[in-house]
Amino acid sequence: MSEQELVSLTIEGVEVSVPKGTLLIEAAKQAGVVVPHYCYHPGLPVAGVCRMCLVEVERMPKLQIACATPVAPGMVVHVMSPQALEARKGVLEFLLINHPLDCPICDQAGECELQDYVFQEGRARTRYAAFPKRFNPVEDFGGDVLYVPNRCILCTRCVRFMDHVAEDSTLNVSERGDRAVIGIHPGRQLDHAWAGNVVDLCPVGSLISKDFLHKARAWELDRTASVCTGCSQGCNVTLDTRLNTVVRVRPRPNSEVNRYFMCDYGRGQYRWMNRGDRIEAPLIAADGGFTATDWDHAIAHTARLIRGASGRAVVLASPGVSTEALFLARRLLGGSAVTGAFRVAHVAGEAPLPGVPNLALRSERAPNATGARLLGYTEAFDAAVRAAGEAGIVLALDESLEGIPEGALNGAGVFVYLGTVLPAAARGARVVLPVANTAEEDGTFVNRDRRVQRYFQAKAAPGMARPAWWVLGALLAELGRGEPFLSAGAAFDLLAREEALFAGLSYASLGTRGAGLTAVTPAGVGT
Amino acid sequence: MGYPHRPHPRETVVLSQHFGEAEARSYQGWVKRGGYVALRKALGMSPAEIIEIVKESGLRGRGGAGFPTGLKWSFMPKEKTKPHYLCCNADESEPGTFKDREIMRWTPHALIEGCAIAQYAIQADITYIYIRGEFTEALATVQHALDEAYREGILGPNAMGTGKRLDMYIHRGAGAYICGEETALMNSIEGRRGNPRIKPPFPAAAGVFGMPTTINNVETLAAVPHIINRGAAWYRSLSLANPKSTGTKLFSVCGHVRRPGNYEVTMGFPLRDLLYDLCGGMRDGRTLKACIPGGSSVPILNREESESCLLDYEGCAEKGTMLGSGGVIVFDDSADMVYQIMRLARFYAHESCAQCTQCREGTAWVTKILQRILAGEGQMKDLDLLLDLSEQMTGKTICVLSDSCAAPVVSGIRKFRHEFEAYITGARRAAGAA
Amino acid sequence: MSAQSTAPYEPVFTGEMRRRLDVVLARYPTKRAALLPALWMVQEARGWISDAAMTEVAEVLGLTPAYVKGVVTFYTMYHQHPVGKHFIQVCTTTPCNLCGAEEVVRAFLKHTGCRELGATSPDGKYTVIEVECLGACGFATPVMIGDDFIESVTADKVPELLRKYP
Repeated sequence: MSEQELVSLTIEGVEVSVPKGTLLIEAAKQAGVVVPHYCYHPGLPVAGVCRMCLVEVERMPKLQIACATPVAPGMVVHVMSPQALEARKGVLEFLLINHPLDCPICDQAGECELQDYVFQEGRARTRYAAFPKRFNPVEDFGGDVLYVPNRCILCTRCVRFMDHVAEDSTLNVSERGDRAVIGIHPGRQLDHAWAGNVVDLCPVGSLISKDFLHKARAWELDRTASVCTGCSQGCNVTLDTRLNTVVRVRPRPNSEVNRYFMCDYGRGQYRWMNRGDRIEAPLIAADGGFTATDWDHAIAHTARLIRGASGRAVVLASPGVSTEALFLARRLLGGSAVTGAFRVAHVAGEAPLPGVPNLALRSERAPNATGARLLGYTEAFDAAVRAAGEAGIVLALDESLEGIPEGALNGAGVFVYLGTVLPAAARGARVVLPVANTAEEDGTFVNRDRRVQRYFQAKAAPGMARPAWWVLGALLAELGRGEPFLSAGAAFDLLAREEALFAGLSYASLGTRGAGLTAVTPAGVGT
Repeated sequence: MGYPHRPHPRETVVLSQHFGEAEARSYQGWVKRGGYVALRKALGMSPAEIIEIVKESGLRGRGGAGFPTGLKWSFMPKEKTKPHYLCCNADESEPGTFKDREIMRWTPHALIEGCAIAQYAIQADITYIYIRGEFTEALATVQHALDEAYREGILGPNAMGTGKRLDMYIHRGAGAYICGEETALMNSIEGRRGNPRIKPPFPAAAGVFGMPTTINNVETLAAVPHIINRGAAWYRSLSLANPKSTGTKLFSVCGHVRRPGNYEVTMGFPLRDLLYDLCGGMRDGRTLKACIPGGSSVPILNREESESCLLDYEGCAEKGTMLGSGGVIVFDDSADMVYQIMRLARFYAHESCAQCTQCREGTAWVTKILQRILAGEGQMKDLDLLLDLSEQMTGKTICVLSDSCAAPVVSGIRKFRHEFEAYITGARRAAGAA
Repeated sequence: MSAQSTAPYEPVFTGEMRRRLDVVLARYPTKRAALLPALWMVQEARGWISDAAMTEVAEVLGLTPAYVKGVVTFYTMYHQHPVGKHFIQVCTTTPCNLCGAEEVVRAFLKHTGCRELGATSPDGKYTVIEVECLGACGFATPVMIGDDFIESVTADKVPELLRKYP
């Protein structure tokens, strides 16, 4: 890219330099000022209709909307001048006159931009009291979306998303004047694979999620940066948790991956995170059953088993476990000599979001298949299962073991199961070590474009379950092959030192947005 | 001609000369009256020459804004790299205005000729004449004239035998005042809701279909052939008061005058003379109370202001109002200003496109407050509230519809406050109220 | 709700209507631009624009039904419900209002038997509505009956006028 021309201007007394063509509302962010707004969204075409972002620009006769005014050299902008505040107070009053003020039963309450800006800049009292408010009944738009027209402020974000990003004009503005509402054609459903984004985009509680309906108050939620586990796209997400339960997944902006969006399938990928049938303690095989034990005993016992095993080593890994665990499992059992395999669900056809390049619900429905491949795991899963029958040691890494007959893996040697839940085929394991799931640990995934992205712990793991990287690190330490890891970062940094593909990366440098692998494709790794 | 009345000697009859003559509607009849001479002359000139003449004539937009027409044309790219369009704004919907309708009904070829000259001057491939859906007669008349013009080789691939291509189509509106706003009109042509667009980009850069576009009002375009025929100096000489306002203007007069109708006078003509001489004064010996000189969107004048107002852009501005579209609405002393202002606000509430918050909610709210006052349930503080809301509705939205709603409310309260107060105190009750 | 018909939907744009639409399409650089003309053709053929018709128009022009509905509901002249044989629009905006337009409305309601504005008379012949400025303010009160534009209507002329629209 050629060097961009910079424009200097002053916003609320702060001088900023931004690329030519930048809109005032974006430039203001650089000056540390959020100009109140509703219809503007950086992921959508500018509409300029809510008129909330009116600001005063010196030497311009009228107030300007910051969302549609490009910067100009020497511009002096006042966001908080009396005139600008008065105009925005006016907009807020107009937006509220027909608003039901039903915040106590509104899911948006606490994360509502109407609440926020009215609190910040609005009038203390209504001047509309004498008139009845406009009423329209709640409408089920289909998909996961309910429309509460009484709360709607006609910002048209949802319509613009469907028109210009989903490119499936399922929503419209119907009627005009104060009769206008968001409409959908009779018999049609808001069933686009990415339609759920309209709920996030809605700045008020007008478009709401049926799945999240009345589940929690926004202020009770803890928010954690994570990565979607639904497919190999690796959309950045936020996990919202309440009382150690994930209640909602929402997109987290990342211009390199998913911009501001995620698909509806991905939004549903949190229920399994709350499974109740979890393994809560290390289990050691005894008398045809298992005996629960503590970690010290379990680690020592497992290390002894590993030390005593001879012959071939097989790792059957889930493509949903962390890169760190995938790396450490191989390292534990002997590095390149290990047969590593995984299997991943493929669903025919992708569901792209047309308005964003290279963004789709991918057919490969796991978050870390690319990471597995890069670390030498293959999809020759059935062959690996057959090999496991004669192997000296078999390690299953949260593999579901679905379709694998009971006993198939515990024939020849030592079978160790690291997992979140205990499938029937793992009942023959010599030792079962409980691990945390994605929501319960820190770690990284590598997406299909070889972008390494961190996810963060959002809730506590049940019982004694620990992150797989912790368990594997403890085993390595017990075997005298290193120090235990105190963090996923330590495990990742070892990976970056040891694996050429990851060279130059550090856990800290990945930040919350991740980084691409820069190394060339090694021989034998397909794409 | 003060159509539908006999012409008044004080009129300057240019555009309206053939109003009422059925024969003038036909191609033959129009040619007999000197039609298409200007177009032939124009097609022999360069586009730049035509634009220069129009600039020199001082012609300004007759739709309401009064922007210099030649200057507007000169904004079109000189080097044509993509299609250019001309839009003729025949969506005449401003309450009080009914002049374009008469131009289209009586002299459709004048409009076509004006469009053709403008189209050639701005190097447009196509002219879309956007006629409001309710104007069934104008729609039929202009369509018939277009068919004739194609048949006679005025339009089409070889316009007047010059080898130049001129295409012109009617686009019928479907009931939306706001489509008279130029960018809303373009959206409507494109098959969209008639929502005004944010400017910039201006139409000359990205107009209809995103291409360079000029949009002119019917009356503006109909004046162009006369300017080409008789010269810029002649047109410029038609000015009674301010040299920046030139030519003739059709004033549509309605309401409480004895002879409502269209009157064509030279710019700068006194409003007083228009009302008392040409229109015959108030009906039934009543007296003038108020007048809106430029269509419902401009501030109301009281009697004194009306009687001293000169009808040109500057003369109206001096009285704190605007020439607008030249729709003169006259209220005599029997008029209920509160009711009529409510009726205007209701109009704007009905016509708001729903995009901008202040307009969508404000026009409806203002209407409700006025209705409450009329119902005898108003309070004095409602007047301050109306003024405050009007302030919030002025200069803050994409287009001026909400400003237009506020203008009569503000000027009405300022100039006829006692009528509002009479309803609030109970001294007056609405007609029909028990 | 609109009248639900159990009969299968008969497309509008076949034969001559399709040919007429093609002529219209040739005037514009986009198919979308033919939307208003196409809707006019539907209304001309069917008297109103049903949801099914909107779906047909959407298919013909490569749009979605929701988009078409958004446009239909913007423009007041498109009927989203069946209306009486004679659709009567009386201008009552300020200029006409000053000249007695509301009396004209009352006269139409009385003489057509329509109980209220927007309702169709029991005999199905008339629907009367108030309309915002018809753009003929000097000829108060202008009234549209179907496609006929009638000037200078006063309340006393209404019965005679209605006789022309049996």
